[in-house]
Amino acid sequence: MQTEFSGRVWVLGDDIDTDIIIPTEYLALPTIADMAPYAFSPLRPQLAGQIQPGDIVVGGKNFGCGSSREQAPEILKELGLSAIIAKSFARIFFRNAVNNGLLLLENADLPDAVTEGDTVAVTVGKQVVHGGKAYPLAPMADNVLEILESGGLVAAMQKRNKAGQA
Amino acid sequence: MGHTAIEKIIMRNTGAQHVTPGEIVVVKPDRVMIHDIFVPFVAEKYRQMGFTRVWNPDKVVLIYDHLVPAAVIDDVRHFKTGDAFAEEVGLSHVHRADGICHQLMVEQGYVKPGDVAFGTDSHTTTYGAVGAFSTGIGYTEMAAILGTGSLWVRVPSTIRVEIEGELPPHVSAKDIILRLLGDIGADGAVYQALEFAGGTVDGMSLSSRMAIANMAVEAGAKCAVFPPDEVSTLYSGAPGFDMATLAPDADAVYDRVIRYKAGELEPVVACPSQPDNICPVRQVAGTRVDQVFIGSCTNGRLEDLQIAADILRGKKVSPFTRLLITPASREIYGQAAESGLLADLIDAGANVTLPGCGLCCGRAGGILAPNEVVLATNNRNFIGRMGDASVQIYLASPAVAAATALAGQIVLP
Repeated sequence: MQTEFSGRVWVLGDDIDTDIIIPTEYLALPTIADMAPYAFSPLRPQLAGQIQPGDIVVGGKNFGCGSSREQAPEILKELGLSAIIAKSFARIFFRNAVNNGLLLLENADLPDAVTEGDTVAVTVGKQVVHGGKAYPLAPMADNVLEILESGGLVAAMQKRNKAGQA
Repeated sequence: MGHTAIEKIIMRNTGAQHVTPGEIVVVKPDRVMIHDIFVPFVAEKYRQMGFTRVWNPDKVVLIYDHLVPAAVIDDVRHFKTGDAFAEEVGLSHVHRADGICHQLMVEQGYVKPGDVAFGTDSHTTTYGAVGAFSTGIGYTEMAAILGTGSLWVRVPSTIRVEIEGELPPHVSAKDIILRLLGDIGADGAVYQALEFAGGTVDGMSLSSRMAIANMAVEAGAKCAVFPPDEVSTLYSGAPGFDMATLAPDADAVYDRVIRYKAGELEPVVACPSQPDNICPVRQVAGTRVDQVFIGSCTNGRLEDLQIAADILRGKKVSPFTRLLITPASREIYGQAAESGLLADLIDAGANVTLPGCGLCCGRAGGILAPNEVVLATNNRNFIGRMGDASVQIYLASPAVAAATALAGQIVLP
């Protein structure tokens, strides 16, 4: 897991729900790559095509609220986003993101300070720097860090099962 | 220091003498539910992880509801993948078109008071109605549970909601949960448990409790819980269950306590496009609607159809309004037919559809065109949820829905 990086931000508001991240009508498409072009389409149909690998999406409070669809974080990872920064995250989305190795960072003040197109510098577990100002990040829980460092829950379980057979 | 109901259910599961909110514990699920949209992904992740046997196939329930009946040809792939996986790992609890997953999990007795249950759908919070700890998870975690029989959870802090007194006419459980959502907001209970209590709750049917627990997730709650009582233990076929062991202690520690007087509540709606955008029905009365939907895992039970039928009986739906009604399960459909409710609804001009998730998740069965307005009894009115992104979705109780269908515009029942 990359712990220090910079990225260009796309700024969204509060309560970005999973139906906005990926509407139900696209969930039965065969692969995550097929679904990715429709990310955020009810809100901003062009956005998925504009996002470049390494970009960061910034949201307000309760990012990822709504359904349990795990395609939501998988699609955001597929688009190449290096992190999502928000004031707070909905709980199922949080777990799903961790399990798929998508980095989520919480800070209450940064989302109101950034403008779309700005660049921010992230140090995981420590801070996000924007416009010369540092916004602190809380350290991560050990079990969450362990899954992220394995590259997601599938890899963590593969490791467990291989160890069990040995 | 005492414990809340959810803390006691978790302690019962792990055997711990004490738990504290924020603590991470490992629980062993009593039951898990997988639904059709996600079963191909669960199967894929399970194989990728390298598991070869499910920890306990009897504890796993597979339900086809979101894609039933198939609306596009590719939906069938989910049923085929699900059937193949069920056969491969030896699942016997498979429901192929019996109703909506959350209705079946409670109605068919899969979840009982004091259980810990997980499901691949966010509205898994519904089983809190029978006094279980239940919540939604993703398909990767479900795959890990199938192989390990365990899951880590953070012990949630609890918000207690006390409701006392008698509800006024035409005010129901749906109005209670909508009002609570409006008061605490879509992130008002993120990571937390909502514990419901008080005289109003004591006298409430299990169906009404399910409507409330179902929408707890719209406040971001991890779970909702109605501490087990006679109503829930009798319904779930667990008479003689030791309710006292799960009753919250008098000195339990709550994050906060919210109190309502039932007599002061009124019919409300969630206006577009967030379930916490609440206003009294009287403030939006007169809004023209193109369609009314009564159904879903929130409000598609017999009690809801009864309320609708009592308002619709002998009258006709407004000529420019479509009324769609979806019973939550085949059992409910049968009961509605037997009791004559179905005939009342049909005579009034309703189209009664097959049980399933269809319209609520915007996949089939009456999706809406640009700029149309719908009033619905389900749980979410997110942008684009029931058709085009410009569709205006209002959420309300079955009583408001039925009255609105007759008037062709939002009205008080």
